Amino acid sequence: MEVTLGHYLTVAAILFTLGIFGIFLNRKNVIIILMSIELMLLAVNINLVAFSTHLNDLVGQVFAMFVLTVAAAEAAIGLAILVVYFRNRGTIAVEDINMMKG
Amino acid sequence: MILQALTFYLLAAVTLASGVMVISARNPVHSVLFLILAFFNSAGLFVLMGAEFLAMIMVIVYVGAVAVLFLFVVMMLDINFAELRQGFLQYLPVGGLVGLIMLVELLLILGGWAIQPQAAAVAAAPTPAVANVSNTEALGALLYTRYIYLFQAAGIVLLIAMIGAIVLTLRTREGVRKQSISQQVSRRREDAVEVKEVTSGSGI
Repeated sequence: MEVTLGHYLTVAAILFTLGIFGIFLNRKNVIIILMSIELMLLAVNINLVAFSTHLNDLVGQVFAMFVLTVAAAEAAIGLAILVVYFRNRGTIAVEDINMMKG
Repeated sequence: MILQALTFYLLAAVTLASGVMVISARNPVHSVLFLILAFFNSAGLFVLMGAEFLAMIMVIVYVGAVAVLFLFVVMMLDINFAELRQGFLQYLPVGGLVGLIMLVELLLILGGWAIQPQAAAVAAAPTPAVANVSNTEALGALLYTRYIYLFQAAGIVLLIAMIGAIVLTLRTREGVRKQSISQQVSRRREDAVEVKEVTSGSGI
């Protein structure tokens, strides 16, 4: 019943897959897509910390902290863009975001 | 040892279950609340791994800031979420297929992977024994010395994110009457009152 590195990596892999699945499943709702991205970043953090603690290397945890920082910044900017978009267009459906015709 | 395994399975199961609920809940508010639950349980996983500082940062940053931000946005925007959920089942097969392929690939990597025996010897910053130095202290000693420039860069990223969010969402509304105290205080008698010579018998 020893909990090994593989256990944590499996949890992280399933969580990452759930994030990808969530993006596909909720293709119209930007808020859920942003939450799915947060889930994927969480899975990456679990991976980094698992390797860091099992290989006795502290740099992984330092790196996980920077990932956390970027995730927080990304959530703040993403939600700000969402609020501005909703104010201008009155909707947040992804398929309506086509003003730039990219 | 058995207690550690039981804790791991409990935390991992709740994390994954709330991950499923995040992407499948009908109400986005419930999604955010399950996201908070997932963050709490993964913080528990971090504690179990021995990264307690990161676990606390996780609770503070994700639950205290990011999830509450999500909650505010979900509650403040007046959106018909039922309309956004249309086509949910239509995307299920292709999404499930991509997810399944991704999971199989990741698990194949996990199955056929091994750590080199000398990996622990070439660690960039070996973790000191917990008995001597706590996790927080060791992390701080590393972060404020060798990674000080990266730390400052992270601060700049957060500053830019803050300014960006403020600039994006700030709007000056037209036609709103507000009290301007400096204007009131700086007003002189000459600006406000005008004395006119009025000859008797005729108006101004």
